[in-house]
Amino acid sequence: MFDTLTSRFETVFTRLRGRGRLSAADVDAALREIRVALIEADVNLDVVAGLTERIRRRAVGEELSRALNPAQQVVKIVLSELTTSLGGERLAVNYASEPPTVVLLAGLQGSGKTTNAAKLAQWFLRQGRSPLLVGADLQRPAAVEQLRTLGERAGVPVFSHRRGPVKAASASRAEATRTGRDVVIVDTAGRLAIDSEMMDQVRRISVAVRPHYTFLVVDATAGQDAVNSAKAFHDTLALDGVVLTKLDGDARGGAALSVKEVVGRPIAFASVGEKLEDFEPFHPDRLASRILGMGDVETLIDKAESAFEAEQATETAARLLEGTFTFDDFLATMQQVLGMGNLRSLMGMMPGVPRELRGADVDEGRIGRITGMIHSMTPQERAEPDVIDASRRQRIAAGSGCRPSEVKALVDQFKQMRSMMKGLGGLGGKRTAASRARSSKQASRPGGRSSASKRRGAGGRTTPKGPVPASKAPLTLPGLEKGEWPGLN
Amino acid sequence: MTLELLAVLAAVAVAALAVAVTATVVCRRRRSAAPGAAGSETAAGEAADRVVGRLAGRAAEAAGGPAPSLRDRLSKARAAFAGPLTALERASTSTEAWTEVTEALIRADVGLATSSEIVEAARARAGGAGGDPTAVKAALQAELRERLGGFDRSLARRSDGACPSVWLFVGVNGTGKTTTIGKLAKREADAGAGVVLAAGDTFRAAAADQLAMWAERSSVHIVRGSAGADPASVVYDAVESAAARGADLVLADTAGRFHTEHNLMAELQKVRRVAGKGSGVVTETLLVLDATTGQNGLAQARQFTDAVDVTGVVLTKLDGSAKGGIVVAVQAELGVPVKLVGVGEQVADLVPFDASEFVEALFS
Repeated sequence: MFDTLTSRFETVFTRLRGRGRLSAADVDAALREIRVALIEADVNLDVVAGLTERIRRRAVGEELSRALNPAQQVVKIVLSELTTSLGGERLAVNYASEPPTVVLLAGLQGSGKTTNAAKLAQWFLRQGRSPLLVGADLQRPAAVEQLRTLGERAGVPVFSHRRGPVKAASASRAEATRTGRDVVIVDTAGRLAIDSEMMDQVRRISVAVRPHYTFLVVDATAGQDAVNSAKAFHDTLALDGVVLTKLDGDARGGAALSVKEVVGRPIAFASVGEKLEDFEPFHPDRLASRILGMGDVETLIDKAESAFEAEQATETAARLLEGTFTFDDFLATMQQVLGMGNLRSLMGMMPGVPRELRGADVDEGRIGRITGMIHSMTPQERAEPDVIDASRRQRIAAGSGCRPSEVKALVDQFKQMRSMMKGLGGLGGKRTAASRARSSKQASRPGGRSSASKRRGAGGRTTPKGPVPASKAPLTLPGLEKGEWPGLN
Repeated sequence: MTLELLAVLAAVAVAALAVAVTATVVCRRRRSAAPGAAGSETAAGEAADRVVGRLAGRAAEAAGGPAPSLRDRLSKARAAFAGPLTALERASTSTEAWTEVTEALIRADVGLATSSEIVEAARARAGGAGGDPTAVKAALQAELRERLGGFDRSLARRSDGACPSVWLFVGVNGTGKTTTIGKLAKREADAGAGVVLAAGDTFRAAAADQLAMWAERSSVHIVRGSAGADPASVVYDAVESAAARGADLVLADTAGRFHTEHNLMAELQKVRRVAGKGSGVVTETLLVLDATTGQNGLAQARQFTDAVDVTGVVLTKLDGSAKGGIVVAVQAELGVPVKLVGVGEQVADLVPFDASEFVEALFS
């Protein structure tokens, strides 16, 4: 049901395409799909109502553009509305003139406070700060042990106090001063927003430690109720921002939009994986397209960048577009793709993958057979699959323990795929050059390395931007430009 | 075979492209999807239209201008939250009444498609009595009770008692697997069972310590491996240890994992396989779902059921304001019943699921 969301969007917009004018009926048809998408993405009903109303106003009122067809125009409006709602004001961490700068993390049970306290600590470490982790969760068994282990992994000391969470928090400032740490991150116990006793406790912790920043840790898989708890935490603690966790699953993360709307504070960080480094400043545009089920191209590209060898991938892609892609290239690429994780979830992240493919359950055992078949080919056969005749098929089949018909299917499909990709090369040649230019522009945009070096001189002020992977610059891909939806132009 | 093969080839090729060419180029090739909106999807769309349309109308009325204050609206929603169906009494037309209950279901995280399906069924059940709020509510609750009812919710043990039964706990990160096991260990030990805990979460820092504290509280034996150890071997050792001690129940913890992580799901399959290899038998595989989870809960349940054949759901954190309505969809689609419910942090706060109470709580 959820997998077909992209397709349903596509269906509506396919119908819309080519009519040239955006009527109220067109907008309503699109709005229905948008509404469904938002509700299925766990955006709170009240927020959905407000959003679709804003989108309607903008869409119907907007002058028809010559450059875009109606579908593109609606998509552009929706994406930009969501991006604006999610983004807006960004959180800039201003370090206290009199250290330490204190950060308090609060949230429901299991939202990921302890893990993200450590991730945040490591982020501060990367900013050139020396953080101290404070374990104020004495509720959950072994929570402080967990924090200690994580702190050790991150290379950050951990402070706690047996005499209770409030005591631990209030003593932490002195501890930081004594040990020369300039950032204090306080991890608190998970609590329900309706538990008045526990909410009072976190309020007392907050009073004791006087945080400069209070973050609510929100789980991306959260449902309709996220707004209620977020509001309660905001009322108690006056939040400064949100840390969005568990974006490594396939939850659409609509709760983040709801929380942002109701609390009105920026989403500062996003946690995208289990490793301590999988933590980065939040990208509103990425979540906007994810909520709409339009595929998360940028996350996919990030994953790809970490799995692929830059130069090799560029060469492979060039051969793919020229139509000289070989079985050897295919094998190498496949190994890297598998390194990126589950094929099916990868395809889910790609916008524009046809519905038949997106739904297909890729049996990974199949991949073993494909590998076997390719390994049974001679170098010549791998480079020029055309030479594979019936007798060679027999040999390859015998060598890999498959049937000749399977070998035939593989070779045929491979050739088909190759010619399909070659066609793509012809289509996209110019764009590629254009995009290269764009990508180099992106690599030098503010927030990259340049700002990191500027920061040191500028009195310790920084914006929460992640590190730019240095060696991967030529591979950096531009995001979708504002309002540009792949496949619609 | 052909389709699968093409899928593999295309995925590899497209991924390769995505790295080096712009996303725009990749997507040029997008084929227009065949229009295939099924009837139920249309119904869901209509339900969304009605529910949200009415909310938008109300908001516009209240605010009379652009960007109405959401906080105000939500505090109203929260007031209404005490009884989402109180507005039902004011519903003047049948359509309005049914829209009202659809909204209540969606707010409880039942999901759009399941909500509209349930409401359609309840509507048919109510027949001509559709306009009367009391009848609407009664029909809806009866429908829900019927859908949720009729499952065996007992936790299975090996009938002959000759060797240990294994209950395996699975789920995504942070749903409460370890805590659930801790509470259950105490409960079963107090009931006289010989319980052994298997600290199969060797990934999360201090997860085994957390479980060890629970083991201490209920004076049961725990088997743990070193950090990063193979979870399957830890569970296997726990089963053998239970068999040697004549214990009849092994509660096996596993690391939280996202259902989208193929390798971790394969690891989980191995844990399940190995748990039944030696002297034990896996009699329950329980998916721990957090009541605050939204629509992703269904995807979680689907994938975990596919991978390790989930036999029941433990719905945790139901003591908050979240309703856990996603289990309605889970049970409807997968036929996996909720067996236990967590309603607090105390040991006694893990209780058997009761469909009538749950339905009552959905609207309270």
